[in-house]
Amino acid sequence: MRPELANFKPLSIKDLPKEDWLAPGHRACQGCGTVLPLKLALKVLGPNTIAVSATGCMEIISSPFPYTSWKVPWIHVAFENAATVASGIDAAIKALKRKGKLPKKEKINIVVFAGDGATFDIGLQFLSGALERGHNFIYICLDNEAYMNTGVQRSGGTPKFAHTTTSPAGKVIHGNITWKKNLDGIVIAHNIPYFATASPAFYMDYMNKVKKASLVDGPAFIHVYSPCPTGWGSKSEDTILLSRLVVETRLFPLFEVIDGKYYILNRKVDKPKPVEEYLKLQRRYRHLTKEEIDLIQQKANEEYERLVKLCEVFAPPKEETKEETKET
Amino acid sequence: MGKRVAKEVSIAVADAVAQCRVDVISAYPITPQTHIVEHLAELVNNGELDAEYIPVESEHAAMSACIGAAAAGARTFTSTSSQGLLFMYENLPIASAFRLPIVMVIANRSISAPISIWNDHSDVMTTRDFGWIQTFAENGQEAVDLVYHAYRVAEKCLLPVAVNLDGFIVTHVVEPIEMLEQELVDKYLPPLKMKYKLDPKKPISMGAIGVPEVYTEAKKALDEAVKASYKVVVQAWKEFEKISGRRYQPVETYRMDDAEVAMVIMGSLAETACNAVDELRAKGKKVGLVRFRLWRPFPMQDFLKAIGKVKALCVVDRAVSHASTGGPVGIEVRSALYQSNKRPRVVNFIAGLSGRDVTKDDFIELFERTFEAISKKPKFSYEIYGVKE
Repeated sequence: MRPELANFKPLSIKDLPKEDWLAPGHRACQGCGTVLPLKLALKVLGPNTIAVSATGCMEIISSPFPYTSWKVPWIHVAFENAATVASGIDAAIKALKRKGKLPKKEKINIVVFAGDGATFDIGLQFLSGALERGHNFIYICLDNEAYMNTGVQRSGGTPKFAHTTTSPAGKVIHGNITWKKNLDGIVIAHNIPYFATASPAFYMDYMNKVKKASLVDGPAFIHVYSPCPTGWGSKSEDTILLSRLVVETRLFPLFEVIDGKYYILNRKVDKPKPVEEYLKLQRRYRHLTKEEIDLIQQKANEEYERLVKLCEVFAPPKEETKEETKET
Repeated sequence: MGKRVAKEVSIAVADAVAQCRVDVISAYPITPQTHIVEHLAELVNNGELDAEYIPVESEHAAMSACIGAAAAGARTFTSTSSQGLLFMYENLPIASAFRLPIVMVIANRSISAPISIWNDHSDVMTTRDFGWIQTFAENGQEAVDLVYHAYRVAEKCLLPVAVNLDGFIVTHVVEPIEMLEQELVDKYLPPLKMKYKLDPKKPISMGAIGVPEVYTEAKKALDEAVKASYKVVVQAWKEFEKISGRRYQPVETYRMDDAEVAMVIMGSLAETACNAVDELRAKGKKVGLVRFRLWRPFPMQDFLKAIGKVKALCVVDRAVSHASTGGPVGIEVRSALYQSNKRPRVVNFIAGLSGRDVTKDDFIELFERTFEAISKKPKFSYEIYGVKE
């Protein structure tokens, strides 16, 4: 196991600072499930952080010049290259520290916030390069399962059968024809020190994952489920409910992978809720037939069971196993 | 005075970059840029250069990483050619709008298709509107000197600088080159101190969205900055002359006194063209040569002064601007003249695409055709020269 995580003490809600490093007054929609995990990440990381945004909702809603919501230094360059911009910052900090131009012992977190389009699709090469080169940065993929900023177009992160404006629920073709891309598998295959999935409903689990990501030496990746009421046709007040249901239906299991080899399931779902309970709260799925719902159900169980097996076979060495993070 | 040593120009350029004490190098290999970045990697791995070398997975990433590193306050370097420059295209106007002092050496090469690794100026000419300061070297010594100059200018103006040298023709030749003494480089180039950078102690937001109410003002501000960089460019060459004894100016002239016809050209072909000038001068023809060393900001007054009272200009472009009114230099020159009272005949040829040799005899022919054009206006606004029928 990673020595940086050997004595990890989970944060409790009492450990959290009152300060936020993303100021209120930004322009996100009501019930936005993307800005919430972004804000919580900054709460954990604190002021000694440089944030990098990919183009997308979070960049737009936080930076209409001359206003900014960012209380930490922040840079947005383009859509696909946030991981590489972070690479450059990492290299700069290393070089400047070595040359005595920055205090050597001061830890500066570098965190990327990017959507599913910027991560699964257009930025995949850049992400892969940055992970492979081993830069010391945290990449948080805020996955709302389509190109929401441009008006809900399909991405590689869009689930099967979901209606988007470029995968409409037509009379012949019923929404998105492909299964969600296995981005987690791709990222894990880079054997990075830390990988995790998270959902805003399990916010302490998520924030502890951000903390771990900041502790490891090298790249860390957190895939965060991020409901989008506007794009999904869900109620603003259902964002947290959906974030909970997606885990309880096995559609988005919470797990961690250390160094690409040790799998940890954070939350066992022995008695899953039917996927229909989750799907029916979102208009993007309202055209689904019973057969289609069954297919989604079957896939959710298959994928979950595969993950459980991975976690059994590739569990971290016994003596160092962490107790599972307590959920709220 | 330093010692003149025979060196491959790419190696000398890389050595000059190292002398500038860069903090971060981010590069992706492409012919004919490779020797530059290979040598830098060697210097880093041998402990001769204290820098982070990021072997990125593409040119787009090379520039992305330079932007990140420069925004964090590091002195950065990258180098590319051709398709690589086109692949990093999206980032180029962002680097200048962010006012980042990135230095890039472009080993100029033609662009696909057909794929070709040989030299012309097609690559860089696609980027001329992006707010980068752009200089062109004629030979290896100039390439090295333009690298020192680039950092000095970039960091004074807070603008990115592209130093152009002809692929193979300049990059791969061995020339006697005089490197600046390290202490002189250090004197010329004090440590980079960015007023605005990504610093947790003084947070700023970079890359905000520019709504219509502010976008125009942002572009105007950059435009003013690029225009204002002219004085810094010239001043930095004056200071360079004091420490090196080598004198540079935005527009170079050769035998322009009393010239009736002048060739206007950029890059290494100027040396061959100078031989043609000498031969024609020996025959009593009043010819001269004008070479742009500085391309952006466009040195309009220097150019107008340089051409004196010529009757005709023979503009030799190294890139095509398809179905336009000329090659990029031709278009620029005509536009500059129109804003003055000078009205020499402008004959615009496009030559030397993809490393096609342009010999002394070719230049003599181009001069002769330009002489003919004084009395008889050509029917073309530009001609691609030397096409095999």
